[in-house]
Amino acid sequence: MIGARDLSVVFGGRVRAVDGVDLEVDAGEIVALVGESGCGKTTLARTLLGLEKPTGGQVLFEGQPLDYRALKAYRRQVQLVLQDPLGALNPRHTVYDAVAEGLRIHKVPGDEQQLVADALSRAGLRPPERFFLRYPHELSGGQRQRVVIAGALVLQPRVLIADEPVSSLDASVRGEILRLLLSLREELGLTVLVVTHDLGLAWNIADRIAVMYLGRIVEVGPTAEVLSDPQHPYTQALLSVVPDIGHTEQIVLTGEPPDPARIPGGCRFHPRCPVVMEECRSATLPILTVEGVHRAACLRTNP
Amino acid sequence: MSLLEFRDVSVTYRGADADVPAVRGVSLSLDAGRTLGVAGESGCGKSTLASTVLRLLPESTKVTGEVLLNGEDILTMKWGKLRAVRWSEAAIVFQGALHSLNPVQSIGKQIAEPISLHKTSKNPNKRVGELLEQVGIPASRADAYPHQLSGGQRQRVMIAMALACAPSLIIADEPTTALDVMVQAQVLDLLSGLVRDLDMGMMLISHDLGILGTSCDDLAVMYAGRIVETGPAVEVFDRPEHPYTQALAGAFPRIGDPQARYRPIGLPGDPPYPGDIPTGCSFHPRCPAALTECSSVSVELRDAGPGRRAACIRVGS
Repeated sequence: MIGARDLSVVFGGRVRAVDGVDLEVDAGEIVALVGESGCGKTTLARTLLGLEKPTGGQVLFEGQPLDYRALKAYRRQVQLVLQDPLGALNPRHTVYDAVAEGLRIHKVPGDEQQLVADALSRAGLRPPERFFLRYPHELSGGQRQRVVIAGALVLQPRVLIADEPVSSLDASVRGEILRLLLSLREELGLTVLVVTHDLGLAWNIADRIAVMYLGRIVEVGPTAEVLSDPQHPYTQALLSVVPDIGHTEQIVLTGEPPDPARIPGGCRFHPRCPVVMEECRSATLPILTVEGVHRAACLRTNP
Repeated sequence: MSLLEFRDVSVTYRGADADVPAVRGVSLSLDAGRTLGVAGESGCGKSTLASTVLRLLPESTKVTGEVLLNGEDILTMKWGKLRAVRWSEAAIVFQGALHSLNPVQSIGKQIAEPISLHKTSKNPNKRVGELLEQVGIPASRADAYPHQLSGGQRQRVMIAMALACAPSLIIADEPTTALDVMVQAQVLDLLSGLVRDLDMGMMLISHDLGILGTSCDDLAVMYAGRIVETGPAVEVFDRPEHPYTQALAGAFPRIGDPQARYRPIGLPGDPPYPGDIPTGCSFHPRCPAALTECSSVSVELRDAGPGRRAACIRVGS
């Protein structure tokens, strides 16, 4: 449905935010793109949306390279759901205007009021008329996130790209929003790419998971396989620090994720890897191709 | 004697139209060398409760009950004494380090400020170096400005500041909310290490029951201004009794638990507005297990096993 082939995005000639990514998201699939701040996951999502132009490689939509002269039509099909719904909504626009904005920009024919009402009730704000004239500050955090989702749904897109859709929400509301994403896939056949640092979210809703580190996908596969039996030392470390009482031992990596302007040679994870070997400093690891099977970019798993 | 004890504490904010009860009769205690977790969502009163410890609430706020720090009631303390207690006996690590640090002053100067004010060290600069090393930042970084540090490092600076006057109590209000999981683990490790090594008490506030369950000794869950469940942290997280705690515990799934695949757990509705709290059990409109009497009968905390208490009509009956 949507994907990337050998995609790279370089800022200012040296910051390699996305540094060779192959990714495919099939129709009706929910894929979680997981990684820490600065790993390039948001840049990758923005590039898939056509908000950034790749420096190398291609964005693919339905098997065709993205046509940057027809971005407007593309964005009707592929919609973004932002984190921080309070920041994403204009405080002086009513819920109705916030949701109708997309219809107006794209000059969508039809009964505007009906389309807005449909989108709101799909997003779980029922009865929709009750919300038309409300302002963002009158809504709870969960309701605001539903308005943001309704704003994306109103254009009847085929793909949603959701950037940390629940990270600013209260714990009890979080599950409700995730349930909404699952039901949208069920009812509308939506394809969803969720960008997140939250492995629990991936376990809750994603069919497949791709773990990103310093601009590259280091492990990919069906969620249950990757999270039950992680192969890459980075995925293993990430999993070990998710707070849970059953853990045997935490692998706390020291330091911060390194700088995408200075990507280490060899395996890019080697300076922080707890099980690094001599050859990791120089070996070139291939870009993971995505075939639905579980794979990891690590010398220990692919000697 | 406990390091910190809340006795029947209630806090009411004066609103323009009506009074807003944010905390309604909370009793809790914390001993030195231990960590008490307070769980709950936005608006449940957990941060308000923490603010009573240093009397950081607006003047007009009505606070009743007793907040005892080393046996002395903070609520009736004289101003001069209170100033001495702030920083040197109890300190707060706020969430959002970027907004809590002064952007135009070096981190070293900011950490030195409480030290000079309270004259707790003859050589503030040397002490700043020690504190930075203690939280895992090289002492040579003292001249750096907040924007030159990463989010995790800024949070470490906040912790160094809180430690500056060697307090016996640290209150950490969502200290890891804006941080990545790996940095979160680093910061939590640091805090638990400090509690252990310096024999401090820590009150850790979060909406993530997983964090509290793994890093605290005891846990209290708040809903609509009241404690709805307390007990040993691991047990409360692992086998919650109150339906609200059950929902919070389910919100962050156990990875590997097949029950949680494609079944995210949430609660319909939103937490009540503190000015408009439902009758009876305040959780009943959202409770998946509510009985008819729950809308009229208000349930106090009752025994729910050794060391555990829960405020639910179904518990122990």
